[in-house]
Amino acid sequence: MDLAELQEIGEKELAARKPIRIRVCTAAGCLSSGALDVQKRLEEAVERASLGATVEVCAVGCMRLCCEGPLVQLDPESSLYERVSSDQAPSIVAGLNGGAVTARRCDPGRPFFARQKSIVLENCGAIEPERIESYIAAGGYRALYEVVREMNPAEVIDAVTRSGLRGRRGAGYPTGLKWGMVAKNQGPHKYVVCNADEGDPGAFMDRSVLESDPHRVLEGMAIAAYAVGADLGYIYVRGEYPVAIRRLETGIRQARRLGLLGTQIFESPFNFRVDLRIGAGAFVCGEETALLASIEGGRGSPRPRPPYPAASGLWGNPTLINNVETFANIPVIIRNGPDWFAAIGTEKSKGTKVFALAGKIRNTGLVEVPMGTSLREIVEEIGGGAPEGGKIKAVQTGGPSGGCIPAAALDTPVDYESLVQLGSIMGSGGMIVMDETTNMVDVAKFFMEFCMDESCGKCIPCRAGTVQLHRLLARITQRKATADDLARLESLCQMVKLTSLCGLGQSAPNPVLSTLRYFRNEYLELLGDDAATPSSTM
Amino acid sequence: MAKIQQKSPDADPGLAHPSGDNRFKMLDASMKRQRFQPDALIEVLHTAQELFGYLQDDILLYVAHGLKLPPSRVYGVATFYHFFTFAPRGAHTCVVCMGTACYVKGGETLLATVRACAAGENRESGENGPFVSVETARCLGACGLAPVVVFDGEVCGTVEPALAEARMKGWLQHGPG
Repeated sequence: MDLAELQEIGEKELAARKPIRIRVCTAAGCLSSGALDVQKRLEEAVERASLGATVEVCAVGCMRLCCEGPLVQLDPESSLYERVSSDQAPSIVAGLNGGAVTARRCDPGRPFFARQKSIVLENCGAIEPERIESYIAAGGYRALYEVVREMNPAEVIDAVTRSGLRGRRGAGYPTGLKWGMVAKNQGPHKYVVCNADEGDPGAFMDRSVLESDPHRVLEGMAIAAYAVGADLGYIYVRGEYPVAIRRLETGIRQARRLGLLGTQIFESPFNFRVDLRIGAGAFVCGEETALLASIEGGRGSPRPRPPYPAASGLWGNPTLINNVETFANIPVIIRNGPDWFAAIGTEKSKGTKVFALAGKIRNTGLVEVPMGTSLREIVEEIGGGAPEGGKIKAVQTGGPSGGCIPAAALDTPVDYESLVQLGSIMGSGGMIVMDETTNMVDVAKFFMEFCMDESCGKCIPCRAGTVQLHRLLARITQRKATADDLARLESLCQMVKLTSLCGLGQSAPNPVLSTLRYFRNEYLELLGDDAATPSSTM
Repeated sequence: MAKIQQKSPDADPGLAHPSGDNRFKMLDASMKRQRFQPDALIEVLHTAQELFGYLQDDILLYVAHGLKLPPSRVYGVATFYHFFTFAPRGAHTCVVCMGTACYVKGGETLLATVRACAAGENRESGENGPFVSVETARCLGACGLAPVVVFDGEVCGTVEPALAEARMKGWLQHGPG
């Protein structure tokens, strides 16, 4: 494979494209609303109307507005239809010949779409995820060619460093710095691992990216492997994402067939193989050392750091771990240059961030905005605010490791630092909106129950502390707690936070601490009438 | 087609499992595909559960033997992950998502309804395990459709308690399977 062949595949694909394309969203959300049926009916209708020469139906990835699925869009007139039922599907085809369309129209210019900026999601909903030709026609694997044939590893790392890209999960560690460390360390093998264990309840960005644009992640991983000198990669995907797993398997097979993965990529000495590892349902495996233990086939127990995986990861070898969204940013940084990327976002947080908007909000779905966009813009303008005249009370970010941000702080621009200041974290990008009917103590208890169940049991502060915290929260919600219990809750939170081994335990108290900070009165209201008598048990 | 010679005796296709159960052959094939590497344990357990429905002790021992791992290690790993089950499932399964979005949209009430409904139906079931198994999921990643329930592998969004009840009552009329 060389550049000319790659371009030829792309041109052939574009030439074979029919003038009118009907794109049907087949990401997990729309699939469960019956998108496959809609696709079948559309194909039948095209055939019946003998429009096969000019019209084609394609299964594409996520079109973002999950709550109004299944979504169908027409090219080139770009009209969008929402909640399309299989009965309405033929009318869309009839509409091409001037017939009446019974499917509900959705305005593609509404703020939900217009306010977004697509970098990571640029191909989502546009290309066919199960066909590599479709990705190549959209300019795919061009960045990998440029890197492998025209740049040396140090230049690639320099480009990523200058772009200012930071890890899109958790703490936001500078990606270029991490790559540089792995590149510097020596070992018989080096590995690149893609963390697709999106365990945060309420987050589905990684699922959408993997289902809609799997090749982009593979390309990003291959570029990373070239830069750090790795020859083997693993993608650790949740077992709960069967569609993403299937599309990744297809993607890896196709890329290998074309010589874009495997040995002598683009006829260079660079080799890179990618394998899938399917998770088995353990939230703690999102922690990097636990994830590595799981890839090695063991229990997902974290270990103390240092040594960091960059020095000693899989089987003791230097290992680079990045998240799906981080890898998805890489091809576009190479293509458009680091300066272009660095111009987007805020001073310390560059680029865009994908959020999964859900909960008590009108428009639920996938949202990509530049860093520094205010929460109010995301929730009220893009998200359309609370449904049926409700009032937004809080926004929860970062899943069980994050916190609840009160409505009063909605004007905060979203970046890594500002969310930490508010007592939450960026996390992977789950954003759950809560309205006035949500009880915040209940929410804190919900997250604590989650952490209690998911604690791996290795260190005592997390194993025992989360159980005790959950018990205290249960007492409070049952109106049996006293002021003493509340004080104990707070001190125990600090203890668990400061003494736990890994990120799960260290961040488990965050939902309690942030709700205590902003909604303390809800806790106080639930304290029992006999608040004066000290409690005997804990 | 020339087969690659494996040193492990477990790879010998001539040695079928004494029970004559074909599924063991498929399990062998899956271990062979992973070249009997111990780090493929989780992959092999996934396959075993797909084949047998749940992981009995003798299957865990079989896997331990195949991958040359101590049984304690296999048991330790299998019990660590939520995905693996050790008891037979019902004829029908009902997985209620308890992710944050589903929780905020009334997942708990829904779970209570489903549990009550299943308890009613299971009273009439025979000895071959429960009729309906109710499970919870951490998050199915379909938060845009919350609350979500998976009825026999089919993901359904915005499920009202009444809808769930109707669906489960429907199973009872059709009988198991």
